[in-house]
Amino acid sequence: MALSGLQIYKLLPQTNCKECGFPTCLAFAMKLAQKGTELDKCPYVSDDARTALDAASAPPIKLATIGAGDRAFGVGNETVMYRHEKTFVHQPGLVVRVKSDAADLADVAARVAGYSVERVGMTLTLDGLAVEDAGGRAAAYAAAVAAARAAAPGLPLVLMSADAAAIDAALAGGAAAEKPLIHAATAANWQAMAEVAKKHACPLVIKVADGDLDGLLELSGQVRGAGVEDLVLDPGATTLAGELAAATQLRRLALKKGARELGYPLVAVAAAPTWQAELVRATQAVGKYAGVIILDHFEPAMLYSLLTLRQNIYTDPQKPIQMEPKLYEIGSPTADSPVLITTNFSLTYFSVAGEVEGAGIPTWLLVADSDGQSVLTGWAAGKFDAEKIAKTVKGSGIENMVGHKKLVIPGHVAGLSGEVEEELPEWKIMVGPRDAVDIPNYIKNVWGA
Amino acid sequence: MTPVEIPVEKWSGAVREVTLGSSYGGGTRGSTVSVGGETALPFLGFEGAMPHRPAIAVEVQDMHPADWSAELQAAWGDAMDDAATWAQKAVEAGADLIALKLRSCHPDQGDGSCEDAVRTVERVLAAVPVPLIVYGPGSADKDNEVLVAVAEKTKGEQLALGLCEDKNYRTIVAAALGNGHAVIAQTPIDVNLAKQLNILISDMGLPLERVLMDPNTGALGYGLEYTYSVMERLRLAALMGDSMTQQPMICTAGEEAWRQKEGRAEGDVPEAWGALAERGVAWEISTATTLLESGADILVLRHPASVSAMRDALDDLTKGA
Ligand code: B12
Ligand code: SF4
Repeated sequence: MALSGLQIYKLLPQTNCKECGFPTCLAFAMKLAQKGTELDKCPYVSDDARTALDAASAPPIKLATIGAGDRAFGVGNETVMYRHEKTFVHQPGLVVRVKSDAADLADVAARVAGYSVERVGMTLTLDGLAVEDAGGRAAAYAAAVAAARAAAPGLPLVLMSADAAAIDAALAGGAAAEKPLIHAATAANWQAMAEVAKKHACPLVIKVADGDLDGLLELSGQVRGAGVEDLVLDPGATTLAGELAAATQLRRLALKKGARELGYPLVAVAAAPTWQAELVRATQAVGKYAGVIILDHFEPAMLYSLLTLRQNIYTDPQKPIQMEPKLYEIGSPTADSPVLITTNFSLTYFSVAGEVEGAGIPTWLLVADSDGQSVLTGWAAGKFDAEKIAKTVKGSGIENMVGHKKLVIPGHVAGLSGEVEEELPEWKIMVGPRDAVDIPNYIKNVWGA
Repeated sequence: MTPVEIPVEKWSGAVREVTLGSSYGGGTRGSTVSVGGETALPFLGFEGAMPHRPAIAVEVQDMHPADWSAELQAAWGDAMDDAATWAQKAVEAGADLIALKLRSCHPDQGDGSCEDAVRTVERVLAAVPVPLIVYGPGSADKDNEVLVAVAEKTKGEQLALGLCEDKNYRTIVAAALGNGHAVIAQTPIDVNLAKQLNILISDMGLPLERVLMDPNTGALGYGLEYTYSVMERLRLAALMGDSMTQQPMICTAGEEAWRQKEGRAEGDVPEAWGALAERGVAWEISTATTLLESGADILVLRHPASVSAMRDALDDLTKGA
């Protein structure tokens, strides 16, 4: 945990030589505690003091990086219990698990690597593949991992086996360069696993059963003692209640108690017999503190839900994702193309833009500055009213782009049409449908009629 | 090695308990449903109690909702033509409560009479033994008329009447007060507005043991994160002892999830979205789970498959509690 100014002062030379630019060591220490200056400004800090200060300024939940290259992802470094306090920063990696002897291993690997979906202008993808040792010889496991890497080059991996020799063989076979996450060191195998993780410099999961935090603490000490610092924790609870309790306790221990030994990101094995039950587990894991979520079902509806949820939970709670308010051209609109107006909340913009684009209707889309509020929220907050609509139209230069003067407003603000007509007397104000899905039909059947 | 000291928060407040169904004599329910009473954050059994497991209500309408997703229409089939039959099927599917929406009274949906509405409520009461939530058609003036008529004719059943909003709470609260019912107070995703409405309702003399609050929810991908955080803040405030935030929360996860394109669009959407048959249910399950984790005490759902998934989830979440 961060040190106070006074605690830092005790570690300084206390000579008040002023070389740091501060009148006293205490003044320097106070500024340092507020992160307003750097330790290097004092030429006389002892090595011991430096080590103590570095340790104290390290994040309470260590960052773990899984994979190498473009698709590598980091988890950890979180600083709060609730997202309204401060944005959650490193969204959990969604990883699909496949057994090493599965006939469709390469196929699943390729599908996981290739899955992607657009939402609110962002491309959402899965993060990795977990290859679970089906048992048997180390060489067979190594071959399966090699096959997965060939089918999904660059996709981060989680290597799952209780057998350190199998993991070693897979890493030695070339996987080590891609820095996969090793799952897992347990009370039974930690020496061998720690050795493998150290040898190949890969992050390591330490795992216990049934949320046994005492066991986890002990294992953490043992594995770190053996020289492995990049850890991920698997508390191994089997019920939703158990997972929630363990995840909450570990987050609190790290953030509130400064428990460095347990200050690592978590892995949640959300796998369940049905995709519905798995979705419930994974949904809980997204909101409640998981860093890596392991799934068993490649069910697109479930994956799309989880990617959307993750995007929701990890956005800045203070500031909605927004578009620049201006005139957008969807397709290549001409003087005859329809003119629609909406707000600059990204979700709203993309709902509308997506529909007209999908239907192949070239459109002029005016985006009003509603401070990132949706149509109804903006309207209720007085940020998307007749005046704002008129101002947006006048300031956009749209008059010079089209030969007609027909403006479509969202169906949800039908009540504004009279006022907008007063503000924009030369325009014909048309009330569009409430839902964006119905816009293409509306343009085909009503707008041109 | 010294054992890990589990960090336990000491809360001074608790959520109020609200009971629906005939809790103090009168009425005809075979069972009551109590919610609330928590002394810790949701499902954290190591820290405090959750004396009542959250309840699942299934939404039933008094007219066939032709505008609902094809998936929902297929799931309930002909039962949707009759509210009483639909309610029975919903109970078979696992509903702890029925949330009956008197939609046909809406001026745009046939402008049905109060007498018809009362008859429908009575028929549903006769058809199922579980407690009822009754929603007006969602048009302020008509809501007042219809809910007052229903409240008077069902004295003692301890229904939950909705929705009370800041503009129309007076009439509905008065009807609940005089006839032994509870109310649902809805405000738009805001801690202070929720408190304010609870104060106004309590000032009219309705005991807070008869008030549920609906913090208003957006679906997954459509504002869910705002609701999630407001509910977390409301529940934290309740546990810290802020009296006017201590009402159990009710969330219409089903209505919101199935309204969205994800719950409706067949074909014509990216393949990565998955098939509509799975997608709509997935959207509802994920929305509902997120709301449970942030403090929902009653989930109002629409699809039988989601009801069964959420029942399983609740079994697992309340294990060992
Ligand atoms: C999330 C949310 C919020 C978030 C803000 C989210 C944001 N960035 O806008 C927060 C919590 C901050 C919020 C605050 C408030 N909210 Co609010 N909020 C919602 C909620 C749950 C979802 C809104 C949303 O994101 N919708 C999704 C977007 C995509 O929808 P949309 O913009 O309307 O776009 C759709 C259509 O309109 C159409 N469309 C869009 N553009 C166009 C253009 C054309 C031409 C056409 C044809 C169609 C079209 O396409 C889209 C998809 O179909 C709704 C309730 C609900 N369940 O819907 C309430 C809601 C909008 N909020 C409401 C209110 C009252 C408020 C507050 C005023 C409350 C308060 N007093 O504090 C504040 C205002 C903010 C402020 N003071 O700054 C009310 C509005 C009441 C009304 N009927 O006017 C609602 C409806 C809730 C309710 N039932 O009471 N809110
Ligand atoms: S340079 Fe170091 S020793 Fe000198 S005053 Fe600053 S903090 Fe103290």
